[in-house]
Amino acid sequence: MSQKTIRQALHEALVHEMRRDPRVIVIGEDVSGGAGTQGGRDAAGGVLGVTKGLIGEFGEGRVIDTPITESAIMGAAAGAAVTGLRPVAELMFSDFLGVCFDQIFNQAAKFRYMFGGKARTPLVIRTMVGAGRSAAAQHSQSPYGIFTSVPGLKVVIPSNAYDAKGLLIQAIRDDDPVIFCEHKLMYDLRCEVPDEAYTIPFGEANVVRDGDDVTIVALARMVHYAIDAADMLAKEGIDCEIIDPRTTSPLDEDTILESVERTGRLVVVDEATPRCGMATDIAALVADKAFGALKAPIRRVTAPHTPVPFAPSLEKLYIPDADRIAAAVRSVHGYAR
Amino acid sequence: MSIVALTMPKWGLTMTEGTVVKWLRAPGASFAPGDEILEIETSKIANVLEAETTGTLARIVAPEGAILPIGALLAVIAPAATPDAAIDAFVTEYAAPEPSDRPEADAEPVAPAYLEAGPGRLRYLDLGSGAGVPVLLLHGFGADLNSWMFTQPALAEGRRVIALDLPGHGGSVKDVGDGSPAAFVDAVGQALDALGLDRVHLVGHSMGGAIAALVAARWPDRVASLTLIAPAGFGPAINTAFIEGFIRATRRRDAEAVLGLLVHDKSLISKAMVEDVLRYKRLDGATDALRTIARAWFADRQQRVAVAAPRLPVQLIWGENDQIIPVSDAAGTVTHRLEAAGHLPHMEKASEVNRLIRRFIAG
Repeated sequence: MSQKTIRQALHEALVHEMRRDPRVIVIGEDVSGGAGTQGGRDAAGGVLGVTKGLIGEFGEGRVIDTPITESAIMGAAAGAAVTGLRPVAELMFSDFLGVCFDQIFNQAAKFRYMFGGKARTPLVIRTMVGAGRSAAAQHSQSPYGIFTSVPGLKVVIPSNAYDAKGLLIQAIRDDDPVIFCEHKLMYDLRCEVPDEAYTIPFGEANVVRDGDDVTIVALARMVHYAIDAADMLAKEGIDCEIIDPRTTSPLDEDTILESVERTGRLVVVDEATPRCGMATDIAALVADKAFGALKAPIRRVTAPHTPVPFAPSLEKLYIPDADRIAAAVRSVHGYAR
Repeated sequence: MSIVALTMPKWGLTMTEGTVVKWLRAPGASFAPGDEILEIETSKIANVLEAETTGTLARIVAPEGAILPIGALLAVIAPAATPDAAIDAFVTEYAAPEPSDRPEADAEPVAPAYLEAGPGRLRYLDLGSGAGVPVLLLHGFGADLNSWMFTQPALAEGRRVIALDLPGHGGSVKDVGDGSPAAFVDAVGQALDALGLDRVHLVGHSMGGAIAALVAARWPDRVASLTLIAPAGFGPAINTAFIEGFIRATRRRDAEAVLGLLVHDKSLISKAMVEDVLRYKRLDGATDALRTIARAWFADRQQRVAVAAPRLPVQLIWGENDQIIPVSDAAGTVTHRLEAAGHLPHMEKASEVNRLIRRFIAG
């Protein structure tokens, strides 16, 4: 047990599962990292550094570099999954889901249903989400709301290294397609992570902090901003409970509802756009099932309904921060009918 | 009698600071060993700090609600006649050094280590040093060395005190073989060898209590005394609903409910404690290990293992409200029954249990 980054945690998860189960393979663009460059193969370990060293231990047969063609990667991985392998495919930027969405939502997500429950599709798609690197509108989105809207897909959005490792191992052992979203600004975040393999069940939210006044539900990087906001608000005497759902499909509705039943106030924070997104989905859930407990309107703190700006100053305004979360909490806390 | 500092204690591996919840004695009040002085809360657990000695609470320094690091000054203990100026001087002098310069604040780095035994790698925490006969602490079913968070530091004066993670538990190997008592006795024997411990006082809780008694029966020369806290093996009764519930629980709510059976005061079961249990149970092999152990130790809602108290100094400590293993007396032993305590008296009545152990191993 020691402090590990999310990058190390994900790497360990892949190594554990590839050692444990020969059916687990990795497939994606440059997953060996560095083929054809001066450093040579495995110099980088993929664009994210997560897969470094895998080709040396597991070989080309299980660590498959592909051309830049997401539709082929996802098609090959979905096919491999139904025929008995357990592929971990990499969709480098989730923004590229546009070119391979048929393979994901109309093929992989449907096999179990359309083959009378006889087909299993143990496919994991690891993909980067999130803004904050001035990577502009085509490389900064957080489209997990789209994935979550598709029945047949499971969607994981970890916010720390402990969760990242346990959820990735769970994803690889799961018999359904799982979209595993990694925030591109969080790979170096550290926390205590066991050396052993472990799994975290899907649909079990993490109550990051207990509180009695206001419930904050936040995802990925927003969990950390919510903690900052809660620290500020504690000094003002406002006691926030923070819930990190960890998986949006399945969603741990009970933990969110039980919390709001107690606090009567809800702020949902998401860095994705608001229309048909997770913040809206969770707000609707609570309005529907815990209306009687609400003492104030539900507030959503999200990005605006626009593409992610390239200009750093605009991008900074675009992404929710601790001040905006705190302001929303104050508004529901001080709300009077 | 001189002026003494009452400081923030360190309870468990991860504690770095604690909150002063409530003072239970007023300034000027005198106290005797075992009197409750104040309530302290950490991220893991809330507990009452009890007096270790006789004294007078000359001044309260830390207000209720204060969050302070380990070793921070909470109060000054001094004879009633001590002039205010002397107490002022003591407080000033105490507060003056930076936290990092104060030995109490960053005393010996508390990190577990590993040893190799038959089943594989075992984790342990080694505290204290000195000429005293060392103490080996053996936890119960499903627990780990952190269950001694209040016990281990209190005993580690003038002697080594080692808390071991038994096979299948905590940070130790999850392979438990057939899970039988004999397998655990072998592993403890190997751990004693690996740690270079010729002779120890054994303190065991629940399943660890039965293991301690069996270790003493196997190697009577290596065991100076036995303190058995709510031990298994002293009667057939066992709440197997707890055992089964503990094995099955994978989610927070289930775990919380089942852990509540362990204590008399349910508020002791904090969110962090539940999370620690879930983190252990999520490890590959942990649940299988628990199942294997349960099969070897329990059948038909009863304990299968019976141990006889060996011919050694033995004391039994039991909570009156134990909902897991009911109090039972064993012939030839001294049994201390603690009121308002469940199956974890060493956590619920830590100071009392610490006093009993200290007195017993000193004798």
